[in-house]
Amino acid sequence: MPEITYREAVRHALAEELERDENVVLMGEEVAQFNGAYKVSEGLLEKFGPKRIVDTPITEAGFIGTGIGASMLGIRPVMELMFWSFYSVAFDQILNNAANVRYMSGGLINCPIVIRGPANGGTNVGATHSHTPENVLANHPGVKVVVPATPADAKGLLKSAIRDNDPVFFLENTMLYGLKGEVSEDKDLLIPLGVADVKREGTDLTIVTYGRSVLHSLEAAEKLAKEEKINVEVVDLRSIRPLDIDTVLKSVAKTHRVLIVEEQKPFASVGTQLGFMIQEEAFDQLDAPIIRVTTIDAPAIYSPPVEVEQLPNVDRVYTAALQAVKS
Amino acid sequence: MADIIEMPKLSDTMTVGTLVKWLKKEGDKVATGDMLAEVETDKATMELECFFDGTLLKIFAPDGAQVEIGEPLCAVGAEGETVEAPAKKEKPAAKEDDASEEKSDDDSAEESSDEAPAPEPTPEPETSSGSSGSSAAPSVGGQRLRISPLARKLAAEKGIDLSRVKGTGTGGRIRRADILEAEKNGGPGGAYRSKGPIQEEKLTPVTNMRGTIARRLVESKTQIPHFYLDIEVDAAPLLALRSQLNSGLSEDGVKLSVNDLILKASAEALRKVPTVNCSWEGKQVRHHSRAHVSFAVAMPEGLITPVVFDAHEKSVFDISTEVRSLAKAAKTKKLQPKQFTGGTFCVSNLGMMGINTFKAIINPPNAAILAVGTTVEKPVVVNGQIVIGQRMNLTLSCDHRVVDGAVGAEFLGALKSLLENPALLLV
Repeated sequence: MPEITYREAVRHALAEELERDENVVLMGEEVAQFNGAYKVSEGLLEKFGPKRIVDTPITEAGFIGTGIGASMLGIRPVMELMFWSFYSVAFDQILNNAANVRYMSGGLINCPIVIRGPANGGTNVGATHSHTPENVLANHPGVKVVVPATPADAKGLLKSAIRDNDPVFFLENTMLYGLKGEVSEDKDLLIPLGVADVKREGTDLTIVTYGRSVLHSLEAAEKLAKEEKINVEVVDLRSIRPLDIDTVLKSVAKTHRVLIVEEQKPFASVGTQLGFMIQEEAFDQLDAPIIRVTTIDAPAIYSPPVEVEQLPNVDRVYTAALQAVKS
Repeated sequence: MADIIEMPKLSDTMTVGTLVKWLKKEGDKVATGDMLAEVETDKATMELECFFDGTLLKIFAPDGAQVEIGEPLCAVGAEGETVEAPAKKEKPAAKEDDASEEKSDDDSAEESSDEAPAPEPTPEPETSSGSSGSSAAPSVGGQRLRISPLARKLAAEKGIDLSRVKGTGTGGRIRRADILEAEKNGGPGGAYRSKGPIQEEKLTPVTNMRGTIARRLVESKTQIPHFYLDIEVDAAPLLALRSQLNSGLSEDGVKLSVNDLILKASAEALRKVPTVNCSWEGKQVRHHSRAHVSFAVAMPEGLITPVVFDAHEKSVFDISTEVRSLAKAAKTKKLQPKQFTGGTFCVSNLGMMGINTFKAIINPPNAAILAVGTTVEKPVVVNGQIVIGQRMNLTLSCDHRVVDGAVGAEFLGALKSLLENPALLLV
């Protein structure tokens, strides 16, 4: 299998789906002429023309609303936000319309839209450009929230998202665009939404995580195996909603100890929900309190060296994992 | 158009039936009267009869399924016809529910109404007190023990005394490793070394029968004011008569049991003291004119009480034959509801299991139950001399709303007199 970047994996998924279904369109700020702020859509305008690859003004509420309207009429729009951080400008469209339309129409109207783009911090772009909105988005019934951690998952999950009839919010971590990995060229490589992936098998501790934190967790796990003979299992959620709690519980039943790692502020986060669900379903399986590593609870910090410490990193995961196993 | 066969109401108290086993399969030809399946109710396992001729087109409830009354079980129609699973029926409105409940309450006052399985004939644990502690947080010297949920569960499974396990987790929390260590070598704190559980902890669903027993017995023990009367009977004449009859009857293949004679004697005693043959019905007391004596049969799933109807009119020989056939039907779960409902008095006998004396719980709507203990050889005084006697303990549990102490005593007196002069049972 060829090794490609996460950015290319997203692009391949887009290109393949644009080719497969003429109702698929890509819209967003600078996606056409400029090839996307993070160069995800490079070459797509030449290949599919201006009717399929559409530049929009910097008006999130407006163009997301346009996409939602189009999706209700049979188009399958993929909307790129230059930064997921500006989803709040289109919040009314996203949550009052996209999330609710099927329910409000008694099942008559679907909203098969994908809203995607870079999210998270780490690029030193400050508090207003570093949001992690998955917990806010996942709070709403009727939507799907996907956070891929590897190039292969990015491609397989985005293709499933485009074919899904619900609104899917697809969060690409800005820091992962350059990550390389093997990705199949199969045009029907579909990874189902709502299925977690055990990225590393282990017996002593379950790390439940998603997004970029998967990489930190895997690296910390390798180090723990080598230095401490601690065998860590890493479960990558991949989808926040639907949430594959069964895979998590299966792992907890094996290791009896849980560390949650998430690139998110700790209050009412995805990890909060996970911790609750684990104690609810597997209380008797726990041999120690569930602990977690999150973003430090402050707006994203501009200073590069400080931001590294604010986000989960390998050292913080390593230390927390040791604590989880020894407590 | 295919006919749908629904879960029938097979007993007065039934709400759900368990489809034990299909006797026919999809595609089989069936005719009216054919047995389609075995259905377990709250009382017994019964056969589901086919009401139509045709082909068994579709089975909606698999083996083992629990199906509410009125829900579809299968469809019978012309060969090749297609059927779809009918929609689940809506529950009757609350109003109707209430009405039917009232009705069944009234019904339960009727003599012919349903009967609970026999009260569990075990001695009452009246001396037990205090909490078992399984749900309480373990503590040592008033200090709450810190323990992980998993370690707590493991310790319970392995029978390890938590108060003697030293925790090595944060703040001294007992962890899984501590329990495993304690199990391996007697434990760091000298914890009790378990020989392992008697049986792995497991959860089994409550069967319809077990559920009915539980409900009825709680009702009985909490709502009926029980009191108990003990009497010791000289069983020697009874045993002598029994062996005499059995040697005479051996050619007929009949072997009378002590219990057969007690059933007969109870029926006779009910005739002499009819107040015991009554039922409390709230605003009235029903005086039964006939003695329908039931007896408890233990089965792996629980207990059931088949009835010897009109026992006062039957010979000991007839009673014995009937008891044997009812007991066999009970053990093979073939008992029909009419065979275990409508008793007016109950006999529970644990004598064959070596129990000396016990107090049974009344089987409503009966007013009393007789608990029969084993016959023991013991020294007794006869005419100023100590001789070896054969003695049997009888305990009568009485519903004080119907039966007062003196009446109960009179009944036991009559019963004793009959058992000690057993030739009277033959006339």
